[in-house]
Amino acid sequence: MADTSYRELITDGLWHNNQALVALLGLCPLLAVSNTAINGLGLGLATTAVLVASNTTVSLIRNYVRPEVRLPVFVLVIASFVTAIEMGMNAYFHELHKILGIFIPLIVTNCIIIGRAEAFASKTGLSRSLVDGLSVGIGFTLVLLTLGGMRELVGQGTLFDQAHLMFGEAARGLTLRIEAFPGMLIAILPPGAFIGLGLLIMVKNLIDKRLAARAAERIDYPEGAEGAANP
Amino acid sequence: MEFHTTSSPHTRRVNRVDKVMLQVVLALLPGIVAMAFYFGWGVLINIALAVISATAFEALIIRLRKRPVTPVLLDLSAVVTALLFAIAIPPLLPWWLVVLGMAFAIIMVKQMYGGLGYNPFNPAMAAYVLLLISYPVEMTSWLPPFMLAEQPLNPAQILAYKFAGILPEGVMLDAITMATPLDQMRTNLDLNRMISEIRQHPLWGDFGGLGWEWVGNWFLMGGIWMVYKRTITWQIPLAFLGGLVGMATIFWLFDAESFPFPLFHLFSGGAILGAFFIATDPVTACTTRAGQLIYGASIGVLVYIIRTWGGYPDAVAFAVLLMNMAAPTIDYYTRPRTYGHGGGAV
Repeated sequence: MADTSYRELITDGLWHNNQALVALLGLCPLLAVSNTAINGLGLGLATTAVLVASNTTVSLIRNYVRPEVRLPVFVLVIASFVTAIEMGMNAYFHELHKILGIFIPLIVTNCIIIGRAEAFASKTGLSRSLVDGLSVGIGFTLVLLTLGGMRELVGQGTLFDQAHLMFGEAARGLTLRIEAFPGMLIAILPPGAFIGLGLLIMVKNLIDKRLAARAAERIDYPEGAEGAANP
Repeated sequence: MEFHTTSSPHTRRVNRVDKVMLQVVLALLPGIVAMAFYFGWGVLINIALAVISATAFEALIIRLRKRPVTPVLLDLSAVVTALLFAIAIPPLLPWWLVVLGMAFAIIMVKQMYGGLGYNPFNPAMAAYVLLLISYPVEMTSWLPPFMLAEQPLNPAQILAYKFAGILPEGVMLDAITMATPLDQMRTNLDLNRMISEIRQHPLWGDFGGLGWEWVGNWFLMGGIWMVYKRTITWQIPLAFLGGLVGMATIFWLFDAESFPFPLFHLFSGGAILGAFFIATDPVTACTTRAGQLIYGASIGVLVYIIRTWGGYPDAVAFAVLLMNMAAPTIDYYTRPRTYGHGGGAV
C-alpha cells in the first residue's frame, strides 16, 4: 500500500475508484440531498472535511489501536468530527444547515468514511491518507454537485438556486434560471435521483470504454512496428 | 413420389410476436372508436402523435444499439405501447408531454433494459406515471363527454391548443375541462358528501361516468375477443376484476353511502382496459397460471386500495407497476410441478 503513488491516489479517488460511481457507497445521502447543486455541494464539502480529518487521525493512531476495538474507535473519531462540523455549519451556514437537516449528522454512517478509514488510512502513513481523504472527498463532492445540478436543471429549470446560502448575498446573481421551462417534477423527487445516478454511471462507463478502446489501439500499432507486428 | 416427413409437432399455432401485437391492436379498436366518439379528436391526435414518436424513438435507439431496425419496428410492440399510453392520457395533453412520455417509455423503460422481452416494467404505464407525478395538473384535466361539453372544440382548435397552447377567444381552460368521474367521486367523498347526493350530478351514467362506461364496455368486447382468440389467458383479467369487485362489494355492503357500488369501480377509469390490455402484457406479467391468478387479484385489490385511500384518483398504472416488481417472485413460488417429481414447488 505504501508504494501507491500520489498521482494514482488522486486519479483513483476522483475517477477510477470514485466511491459514488464505482463503489456505489454513500448512496443514501447522495440520493437524498442531491436535489439542488448547492445542497449537493454543501453536503459534499462537509463530507470531504470529515473524510480528511478522520483519515488523518486514523492514520496517526493506527499503530496504537488494538485490532479488536478498531471499529468502535474509528466510529468515535468520525462522530467527533461530524459533531464539530455540524456545529460549525450551524453557526456559519445556518440556512443551509437547516435544509440539509438530518443528513449532516448522518455523515457518521456514510460508508465511504468508515470504508476509507478501515481499508486505507488504518494501514497507511499520514501524508498518503491525507491525499486519499481529499481526493475521495472531492470525487464524492463532484458527483453530488453534478447530480444536484442535473436534477435541479431538469426538475425546476434552475442552476445554483439559493447560491447565497453558501457563498453569501453577493452570490445571488450566480443563479441561472430558464424562464420558459416549467420543470419536470420527477427529477426533484426520489425517482429522479436514481435515474440521474444511473445516467451518470452510464456516462462514466461509456467514457472508460472509449478510453480503453483508444489505449488498445495505441498498443496495437506501436510506432514503426506496423510491418513487423502484422506479417 | 417423394414424402416429406418432418418430426412433430405437425400442427402448430402461428404465434409470432407481430401477430399477437396485431391482435391486441385490433382488439383495442372498438374502445378507441368509442373514446373518440365521446371525447373528440384529441384522442385520435394523441394516438397519431404517440405512435409516430414511439416508432421514431424505437428506430433511433435500435440504431444506437447497432441492431437491425426493420424487424424490431415490424413486431408492432412499440405501436401497442403507444396506443395504450395514448388511451390513458387526457385528450388535451400538450404535444411535448406525449412525446416526452414515449421517449421515456421506449428509451428508458424498454430499450435500456434490453428491449422487448427484457423490460421488467410496463413501458406505457411507467411513462403514464412519470407524467402523472411530474405534471399532475395537465394529466388530470380531462374533457367531459360530448353530451356535457358546453363549448366543444373543433379539430383545428384542439390542434392549436395541443401544439401552441392557444385557446379560442373567450374560452377558458377550466370551462372546457372536467375532472374524471373517479376524480369527482373521490373529491366529493373527501368532502364528506353522500354517494346518493354526489350522483345527482349530470356527469353520472348508469354505473360509472356518462360515456366512460360505454368506453369500458367496448374495451371489454375487445378483451373478451382476445381471450377467445387465446391472445391472452383468462386468469389475469378475471382475477383483476374479481379482486377489484370483491373489495368493492365488501366495503359497499359495509357502508353504501361512503363506498361506491362495485359496478362503479368496474366501469370507471382504466379498470377494464387495465385488466384486459395492460395487466396482461406477456413480458411484465406472471407466466404460470396460478401466478397469474395471484398477480391479477393483487392488482385488483391494490387498485381498490389506492383509489379509495391513496393520493391519486385512479390507480391501475401504480398497481400494475407495483405488481410488475413482484411478478418474478410470484413466478418463482408457483412453478408447476414436473410430472413424476416431488411435490415441492421449489
